[in-house]
Amino acid sequence: MTAMLELDAVSRQFIRKLDSIEKLARKLGANLSESCVNAVDGASFSVARGEVVGLVGESGCGKSTLGRMVAGLLPVTGGKIRFEGVDVTDAATPAAKSARLRIQMIFQDPMSSLNPRMRVEDIVGEAAVYHGLTSRREMPDYVAATLEKVGLDPAYAQRFPHQFSGGQRQRIGIARALAVKPEFLICDESIAALDVSIQAQVINLFQDLRRDLDLTYLFISHDLGVIEHIADRVVVMYLGRIVEIGTTEALFDAPRHPYTQALIDQIPRLDGGRQSFRTIKGEIPSPLNPPPGCHFHPRCPFAGPRCQREVPVLRHEGTRAIACHLEDGGTE
Amino acid sequence: MSVLEVRNLQTHFFTDAGVVKAVDGVDFTLDEGEVLGLVGESGSGKSVTGFSILRLVDAPGRVVGGQILFRGQDLAQLSEPEMRRMRGNRIAMIFQDPMMTLNPVLRIDTQMIEAVRAHERVSAKAARDRAISALAKVGIPSPAERLEAYPHQFSGGMRQRVAIAISLLNGPDLIVADEPTTALDVTIQSQILAEVQGLAKETGTSMIWITHDLAVVAGLADRVAVMYAGRIVETGATDQVLTQPGHPYSIGLLGSIPGHGHRGQRLAQIPGMAPNMARLPEGCAFAPRCFRAQDQCRQNAPQITEPAPGQHLRCHFPVLEREALS
Ligand SMILES: Nc1ncnc2c1ncn2[C@@H]1O[C@H](COP(=O)(O)OP(=O)(O)O)[C@@H](O)[C@H]1O
Ligand SMILES: Nc1ncnc2c1ncn2[C@@H]1O[C@H](COP(=O)(O)OP(=O)(O)O)[C@@H](O)[C@H]1O
Ligand code: SF4
Ligand code: SF4
Ligand SMILES: [Mg+2]
Ligand SMILES: [Mg+2]
Repeated sequence: MTAMLELDAVSRQFIRKLDSIEKLARKLGANLSESCVNAVDGASFSVARGEVVGLVGESGCGKSTLGRMVAGLLPVTGGKIRFEGVDVTDAATPAAKSARLRIQMIFQDPMSSLNPRMRVEDIVGEAAVYHGLTSRREMPDYVAATLEKVGLDPAYAQRFPHQFSGGQRQRIGIARALAVKPEFLICDESIAALDVSIQAQVINLFQDLRRDLDLTYLFISHDLGVIEHIADRVVVMYLGRIVEIGTTEALFDAPRHPYTQALIDQIPRLDGGRQSFRTIKGEIPSPLNPPPGCHFHPRCPFAGPRCQREVPVLRHEGTRAIACHLEDGGTE
Repeated sequence: MSVLEVRNLQTHFFTDAGVVKAVDGVDFTLDEGEVLGLVGESGSGKSVTGFSILRLVDAPGRVVGGQILFRGQDLAQLSEPEMRRMRGNRIAMIFQDPMMTLNPVLRIDTQMIEAVRAHERVSAKAARDRAISALAKVGIPSPAERLEAYPHQFSGGMRQRVAIAISLLNGPDLIVADEPTTALDVTIQSQILAEVQGLAKETGTSMIWITHDLAVVAGLADRVAVMYAGRIVETGATDQVLTQPGHPYSIGLLGSIPGHGHRGQRLAQIPGMAPNMARLPEGCAFAPRCFRAQDQCRQNAPQITEPAPGQHLRCHFPVLEREALS
């Protein structure tokens, strides 16, 4: 299997300015200053054509930043991104421009990404006309066909976004992405804001589209149930770093990184009756000032002295990859 | 005796678009020490039910009917000063956003001591000690030091713990918790749920735990009530509702949840979407989306039945155990 998408030590740093609350806090005596966040720190993995790779982790671990870099919406500060074997890291190159059309991103909040003053027909058809996938004259039919693909009545084409429910708006966002005939979709918390019954409809839609249009997905979610349901392979991140990669089956049935174990252990389950909630200690540390060595060590039940000193490397073993000293000579 | 008995509660909003019957005939009881999970999708009336119990519904909304019997006393009949003495004392509420409880410009100790002394004549020292012990109970490290902080100096998860600690201060008989862990990360959510689980056991406080996440109530609640379009459509023991739901909506909702052992398969989705609450259909509000709907459903609203002890259903054609869908 050759990779459709390859990330090679991709990194992104942000210089973080103080927000207004922090400025206030500084006035009240808190010791705060501008600092640098390693939002994504040396991420390497690949996605094969036709595959659904799930990207999971708690808020602030770098999922959206990673997704936006892959979509070409945010420059990297280190590393390489290859699409179909071609380097697309530099957004100004023709290869990157062509990749930007073939890779589309679908966001969490459809409303903020849909222009409220545009009719659905233009929202969905605009980019397709611009890129010559249809003509202005044929656009209405083209849009109607696209709306049907996502389960929306083409009669809605003349309406505005505010006239739709949350689930319908997300379908409009999906239609807009599909209209430019992408091969690769990045879904960033695309169903997180939807109610369970509507979420199920959209998950089913993503799976139908995958089959009908041969799509490949990078599916970003903080919801492990969703990831378990939809992904073939899963990448787990913690504070900017990848800690584990594995097939969905292997990862959920036998997680090996202590953080993955904790995450999976803590999914509230419908079955199994009145369970006690199991927990790992501590808060998610500030990304501004992450713990040295293994970022997870203050919360890890297995941490040893080496974990505080040395950053564990992501070691590959077939389809599995784990970044933990336990898997690499021990924690002493 | 039950701590709370809600009978035919009706809370309506009088809007330009018409009357929104946000809560329309809700009945339930809550026993001593019991945790009731109130679940349903957004807009189904969960929060308005909670707000109605605490009499926190603002215009254009109003409780227009029913009784809210708290230890036999109808809260709906209390004067506002009497109600204020109940709130934060015998009955407390925890909100999704802890800043609904916390004042951003006051230190935590000021707020907590005030919350104690509003209801009881105790010394500042005694109130402070009680605050420290409440913070410790919800898992806040070095509580005496943390008391001197302002809300913004806490993370989201810690802020919610502080709000929960405030709700516990006066040892209430009833806590209404409205999605307090919904905005939190998984590891933080499960820490808080574990604390709450322990506290409920230890203090015997009765709780109404409102959530859209059925998996959360699975671990927490003794009984579950499922809401749809302003009504409770199914109530039962948690295991019963989660493993053998009788109402077509509960069945659809459970089938919609991804993960949990049907990896990659199609989810059993409910067609269509939640109704416009200002223009509910005649008869059963779920009928346009229901796989069992018949003419009768579109004509007459179903009444509550009790096909098995403790199982309450609002449906003309429930799926009962005998013919449970496989
Ligand atoms: N534009 C930005 N400027 C400064 N910091 C940012 C920016 N975008 C993201 N970050 C920081 O990078 C980290 C990762 O954020 P993000 O990728 O949004 O995480 P996730 O999507 O997993 O919640 C966070 O600490 C966040 O505060
Ligand atoms: N201030 C208000 N004005 C008009 N309608 C309201 C107001 N507050 C709530 N509602 C309506 O009441 C219904 C129930 O709302 P709510 O109890 O918040 O739902 P839930 O908590 O289950 O998501 C919704 O249809 C909502 O639109
Ligand atoms: S490297 Fe050490 S601290 Fe990090 S996950 Fe492994 S055992 Fe835990
Ligand atoms: S009353 Fe009829 S429409 Fe309503 S849930 Fe029952 S079967 Fe479905
Ligand atoms: Mg994100
Ligand atoms: Mg609510």
